[in-house]
Amino acid sequence: MLKRQYIPLWVTIGLFLLIFIVGSFRYTGFFSMQVLLNLLIDNAFLLIAAVGMTFVIVSGGIDLSVGSMIALTTMVSASLLQQGWPPMIVILLVLIIGVLFGTAMGAIIHYFNIQPFIVTLAGMFLARGLCYVISINTITIDNAFYTSVAQTKIKLPGGSFISISVLIALAVVAMGIYLAHYTKFGRNTYAVGGSEPSSMLMGLPVARTKMMVFGFSGFCSALAGIVFTFYMLSGYGLHANGMELDVIAAVVIGGTLLTGGVGYVVGTFFGVLIQGVIQTIISFEGTLSSWWTRIVIGVLLLLFILLQRLLGERRLTGRSSG
Amino acid sequence: MKELQPILQMTGIQKQFPGVKALSGVDFRLFPGEVHALMGENGAGKSTLIKVLTGVYTADQGSVEMEGHAIAVHSPQEAQRAGISTVYQEVNLCPNLSVAENIYIGNEPCRLGRIRWKEMNRNAERLLQERLHLQIDVTQPLESYSVAVQQLIAIARALSISAKVLILDEPTSSLDQSEVRQLFDIMRKLKQDGLAILFVTHFLDQVYEVSDRITILRGGEFVGEYLAADLPRIELVSKMIGKELVMLEKLETLSNESDSNDKKDDVVMLEAEGLGRQGAIEPFDLRIHQGEILGLAGLLGSGRTEMARLFFGADRPDKGSLRLAGSGAGSIHTPRQAIDQGIAFCSENRKTEGIIDDLTVRENIVLALQASKGWFRRIPRKRQEEIAEEYISLLNINPRDSEQLIRHLSGGNQQKVLLARWLLTEPKLLILDEPTRGIDIGAKAEIQKLVLSLAQKGMSVIFISSELEEVLRVSHRIAVLRDRRKVKEMTGTEMNQQLVMQAIAGGDKG
Amino acid sequence: MMKHRLFWPLMVLVVLLLFNLIYSPDFFSIKMRDGHLYGSLIDILNFGSPLILVAIGMTLVIATGGIDLSVGSVVAITGAMACLSISRANDQNGLVAVLGAVGIALVLSAALGLWNGFLVARIGIQPIIATLILMVAGRGIAQLITNGQIITVLSPKYQYIGAGSLLTLPFSIFIVAAMFVIASLLTRKTALGLFIEAVGCKPTASRLAGVRSRTVMLAVYMFCGLCAGIAGLLLSSNVSSADGNNAGLWYELDAILAVVIGGTSLTGGRFYLAGTLVGALIIQTLTTTIYMVGVPPEITLVVKALVVLAVCLVQSEKFRGLLRGRPKAGPLQTANPEVKRHA
Repeated sequence: MLKRQYIPLWVTIGLFLLIFIVGSFRYTGFFSMQVLLNLLIDNAFLLIAAVGMTFVIVSGGIDLSVGSMIALTTMVSASLLQQGWPPMIVILLVLIIGVLFGTAMGAIIHYFNIQPFIVTLAGMFLARGLCYVISINTITIDNAFYTSVAQTKIKLPGGSFISISVLIALAVVAMGIYLAHYTKFGRNTYAVGGSEPSSMLMGLPVARTKMMVFGFSGFCSALAGIVFTFYMLSGYGLHANGMELDVIAAVVIGGTLLTGGVGYVVGTFFGVLIQGVIQTIISFEGTLSSWWTRIVIGVLLLLFILLQRLLGERRLTGRSSG
Repeated sequence: MKELQPILQMTGIQKQFPGVKALSGVDFRLFPGEVHALMGENGAGKSTLIKVLTGVYTADQGSVEMEGHAIAVHSPQEAQRAGISTVYQEVNLCPNLSVAENIYIGNEPCRLGRIRWKEMNRNAERLLQERLHLQIDVTQPLESYSVAVQQLIAIARALSISAKVLILDEPTSSLDQSEVRQLFDIMRKLKQDGLAILFVTHFLDQVYEVSDRITILRGGEFVGEYLAADLPRIELVSKMIGKELVMLEKLETLSNESDSNDKKDDVVMLEAEGLGRQGAIEPFDLRIHQGEILGLAGLLGSGRTEMARLFFGADRPDKGSLRLAGSGAGSIHTPRQAIDQGIAFCSENRKTEGIIDDLTVRENIVLALQASKGWFRRIPRKRQEEIAEEYISLLNINPRDSEQLIRHLSGGNQQKVLLARWLLTEPKLLILDEPTRGIDIGAKAEIQKLVLSLAQKGMSVIFISSELEEVLRVSHRIAVLRDRRKVKEMTGTEMNQQLVMQAIAGGDKG
Repeated sequence: MMKHRLFWPLMVLVVLLLFNLIYSPDFFSIKMRDGHLYGSLIDILNFGSPLILVAIGMTLVIATGGIDLSVGSVVAITGAMACLSISRANDQNGLVAVLGAVGIALVLSAALGLWNGFLVARIGIQPIIATLILMVAGRGIAQLITNGQIITVLSPKYQYIGAGSLLTLPFSIFIVAAMFVIASLLTRKTALGLFIEAVGCKPTASRLAGVRSRTVMLAVYMFCGLCAGIAGLLLSSNVSSADGNNAGLWYELDAILAVVIGGTSLTGGRFYLAGTLVGALIIQTLTTTIYMVGVPPEITLVVKALVVLAVCLVQSEKFRGLLRGRPKAGPLQTANPEVKRHA
């Protein structure tokens, strides 16, 4: 029996497969391992940020600061590397900045009871503004470690390859799934998203959970920023501009309820892949232009929100007659 | 078994809110292995007492002892740790989580930080089956089960953290007959296991069916503690309602005058046939005549408000029909339509369904009239002010400042503003749900007087109140409700306190 | 009361202007050249006009307890639509062509607003989510219209809207003034303002009082779309071109910021159009100031972040309670005391 709460998830997976199959029949050279792996290579940073966003949205919040946080990470990394800091220290430092930044936003949201939307909006302005405080120009990275990570291709049997970033992204997805389903932190996140007052009355650590959720999202954004730095090999204040929207869209298309309480990291994984495969199709099509991606994603967003609404309504009527 | 030490003893509990004394010197005790009903009408202080017990509020004075030791609870978590668990009417669990999780979250079985799902699900199944005789799939989300089952799961959560005192706060109000019976079986079983259960309900039948002992509160004060077997129903009702000896002689005369007008042959204003809504009120027939004041008597939760909401289109009926006199009246599905048909409804929830906090007295008064006029026929500012002034002096609203924000007014004055809002629409039928609750005696008398004079001018009024004396005083006819059913209609000489109270109490068991 | 509410925003504006005056003494000077007035103050009004327009619409949406994230996209779409239809005309400067283009663009923007309103009021989707859809798809639609290019038009008549001048002042100022007056009349001389505030403050009580809240919401979102549309026309005509990718970028955030600075609460209810006007001017002056001082303009973002945070903290009951000492808790104010207490 198909459990109702899994319907959006199955729709997402089905949709991805459908698009991929259609693409395979339509375009020569589409059906290959490498095309599939390229989806991961090109969207590794999106995937990492989306895992963090999944937790935030499941907890009933939203985080608009992820794109800016990625930019800030590229900027801090690039400028510190330029000054000759060792790569490992830089990576550690930006991760700590990410966690602190996110936790601080979570604390403001919880303790002052301000909507997450507006607090993370301020965070978004702040992070992007700080980029320009460092420099308004692009800083290129020529650090040996960064360039070697960027260029390393891990060969897979069959002649295809992936990048190190993909490994990081997959590790984050695995960690996200584990956290969400096998730890108290994860379950508390779902509880808070399901009903915050109830969670309070059940004696769950609501404040800590909310701060940790935003802290985790900050961590993911910073990690996504590191991967993005590998990808671009530069720091720039305009990097990842508007990416928070792509991330939110990926999470929603992945079946996570924007009202909180229901969502799956696996779904987010496929949500990101759907975005990637749409881009790939559009590039294979040739005659279609890149902006179709946004339109298609907008339409998908609408469809998934309507689907959620429909399921939500059934849930409500089911309850009142009980 | 009752000779045991009480497991819980609350003595001299006092709680003051700004402007309101919610509890003064209330005692309450609970013995292991008993079901103890806490009774009282609205504002009696039941919920405040429970909130003190569960640590949501802190008492200003008085002591709470658990098994002979004084305890101080400052949060629901501390209460749980002390062995006091609460199951609320609105199930306070997470609908999106599985049944097993809802029972164990916060105390999940873990190894090295990893939740052991299998063990948790097994434990949940065993707990539900052994203690509550419930066999369900514990991996399903909570929301896929009925409210009745959710309530049992909430009880299971309380049991899982080894509660000694279980508070059931109106657990039956959204359950049907068979579900209530199932719940009661479980309560009896838990009682035998030695659990102390504090039971709050508004259904009299249920009190007598399951309770051993009854404590009654009224107006924040302790009325008494009785063994259920020794307290006749009628006495319970009279102790809950109380007798308020107010000097309102003038009203009596007014009332008698209007009584002399026989309403029987008058035009029927509104006629309900088999009207009902599942889970709210059983189907009923009711007629209201022109210029008549129909009182709805019954305890809180008896279906009074639910009935009124159907007339106003605030809720949709799922059975029966509603006819309005005169016009080839269209159906009433929304408040908007009801207002257009000349019906007005003053909700009992003044704070959430009545006043608009951020707006001024003037704006609150004109809102309904303006809404029926539409956007473009705005009532000119000057006219608004005139209207506001007129009603402020007519209803004696204090302060006499139409530009004051309504949230700064006292409850009684807010109520008068709402009355003004509806009177301004010149309704044919005015529904007043607890119009005098929480307001002082003087304002109360004024409102009652106003209602009588409105009826004399030909307006029909449905008057709902928990205070029986008040209903008796103003009504020409009374419909009595009990346990979500209309049980009786009374007119003329039948309308005395004794008979109405008997009807409210119901049964000959009393 | 009126004074008190606008006092702080006005003070901030005055301080900003004074700072500019000290920094560059001829800041307030206005010169007459070729029959036009020139000066920094005029520039602030002129460059700030699209933002003011968007913020006026946003004020009403926020007053109903909603939010419209799609205004930036609507700005881009209408600009693109207008430029496209002019560029297709035989005579780009023909009056019919220009009026037609403006008409099409405005109808389109109202329709887009109506779409948002439909999702919110009819389907019942949370405003932030409902308008997110158009925010995401809208930029794509704008680029679809311009075919990914920047459409340049050669039409002095069209250019007049955003760059022309009337009675020595930029024409855009008149448009903004007109919309401000219309919005004020619409809300204060009809009952719409009362209904908006009632719905935003207490939806349930408003419904029981007979207010048609759905119609109110539809109207408000439509009006907001229309305001964004006019802003789109101003922006695109000012530069005689349409850029689907960058036109109106981040307008939604600036507009929300202007509304919040102006004293309208994000939770809905009372709204203050004059406050919004001051708020938008503060943002525009800030940008100008930062340009003048010579700091990279992007750093405005940091200042904006701090302003958002400060305003929200001031609006937060809890923060004010913290400042005053213990928060007051009555039995009626704390409908859900357990939630607040154990935070």
